[in-house]
Amino acid sequence: MKKDEVPQDMSSLGKITREVCYATDDKGQYTTELSKGWDVKITALDAAWQDIHDKVAVAREKVRNGQASPLLFFMERGLMDIGIVAAYTGFWKWQIRRHLKPSVFNKLSEKRLQRYAEIFNVSPSELKSMTVHED
Amino acid sequence: MKIDFTHIQSAHCESGVTRNLLRHIGVDKMTEPLAFGIGAGLFFVYVPFIKINNGPAIAFRTLPGQIFSRTCKSLGISVFRKKFGDMERAEAFLMDCLEKGQPAGCQVGVYFLSYFPKEYRFHFNAHNLVVYGKEADNYLISDPVMEEPTMLTSYELGRVRFAKGALAPRGQLYYPRPGVAITDEQIKRAIRTGINKNIHRMLHIPGPIAGVKGIRYTGRRIKTWRDKLGLHKAGLYLAQLVRMQEEIGTGGGGFRYMYGAFLQEAFVWYPYDELHAISGMFTRSGDSWREAAILAAGIYKGRIGSQQDFNSIGDHLLEIAELERQAFVTLSKIKWHR
Repeated sequence: MKKDEVPQDMSSLGKITREVCYATDDKGQYTTELSKGWDVKITALDAAWQDIHDKVAVAREKVRNGQASPLLFFMERGLMDIGIVAAYTGFWKWQIRRHLKPSVFNKLSEKRLQRYAEIFNVSPSELKSMTVHED
Repeated sequence: MKIDFTHIQSAHCESGVTRNLLRHIGVDKMTEPLAFGIGAGLFFVYVPFIKINNGPAIAFRTLPGQIFSRTCKSLGISVFRKKFGDMERAEAFLMDCLEKGQPAGCQVGVYFLSYFPKEYRFHFNAHNLVVYGKEADNYLISDPVMEEPTMLTSYELGRVRFAKGALAPRGQLYYPRPGVAITDEQIKRAIRTGINKNIHRMLHIPGPIAGVKGIRYTGRRIKTWRDKLGLHKAGLYLAQLVRMQEEIGTGGGGFRYMYGAFLQEAFVWYPYDELHAISGMFTRSGDSWREAAILAAGIYKGRIGSQQDFNSIGDHLLEIAELERQAFVTLSKIKWHR
């Protein structure tokens, strides 16, 4: 890649920091150039997020229909699988699988809800009502 | 409290932290490409039976931690490295380091890393940064992929040092022990060691998934993705490939350009014309990776998507594999004593 070919498509990262790219000058010598982002990369990230949003929407429906507890919604939204939730909360995986059932989730103590609420950055009541603040 | 530490931005976090920490102990000739090359950072692996974020597990560089370890080892610098069971002890130890004037490299997860944009905060636990001071409740952070130094509160730093999931950092803290003078001869020898290590890693690892063979394997697999996964999922797989290749910290072209830059720097120490020629091969390889990424983008944007398009990306990878094989074979034939 030539230095003047380093792409400068504004990305979400580009607003905070530019990235160092290695590129060659007209004599073929390597040097560095700062890049604001690259369209190909931005759309790859967009595709990944679109997939996540789709999954969150499915999870939201399932919770509304009583097929799953709000935990599922927050897990999809937080890109977490049961293993990661277990590692952060200290629950066993089988416990989390149970908590995914609305009947079990609704009976959870405040203390246990708090453990979930902390990793999802919400309050226990927001956890129950599936409220999110978009940041 | 603030240690006099020079923040230099780099393309890749680990080679940047390595360079910055080594410069801090007086290895003034260390650069990011040198750290990357001596640490034998260039790699390729596709692990088909592991999924990351529901996509393929692909890496363009060596395992986290190895660039730092290998670079220090090749230079004969001893490394201090420690993991912790709980947050309090990890923070107390970090404070001890800072009070002694020792900047500390830390492995962190990016999921809770507050100064990263939300779009980039996946559960990726092998990011590296240097802590070089504390003011009130804020730790002073030199994150090498950022243009400027930044800060994290003690709560935030604790959270990212104890991120969970694959490659959990467990508060890992490391630094090169100061007090050794590094001679030019040592750097020269380290460059050779690094190149030899990288030749081995790219050409001679048994099995089909790593090194040059791994690129070829991935190329063949991509051709089957459309039938096997359906167009939508195959597109997501390609997006994941591109993200690993061009994500923050690669320097572009899946680290291939950085390796090209390393070989040009090696030329300063070993003025053999082959090094320049081989550097050019890595530039071409980086360019090909980017061309493949542009084709892939066409698919996940939904502009193209025929089997022929998948074949063409697969063929690109097969060509890259051949090009990189030739490059490493040529490297392996260099006579270092003349």
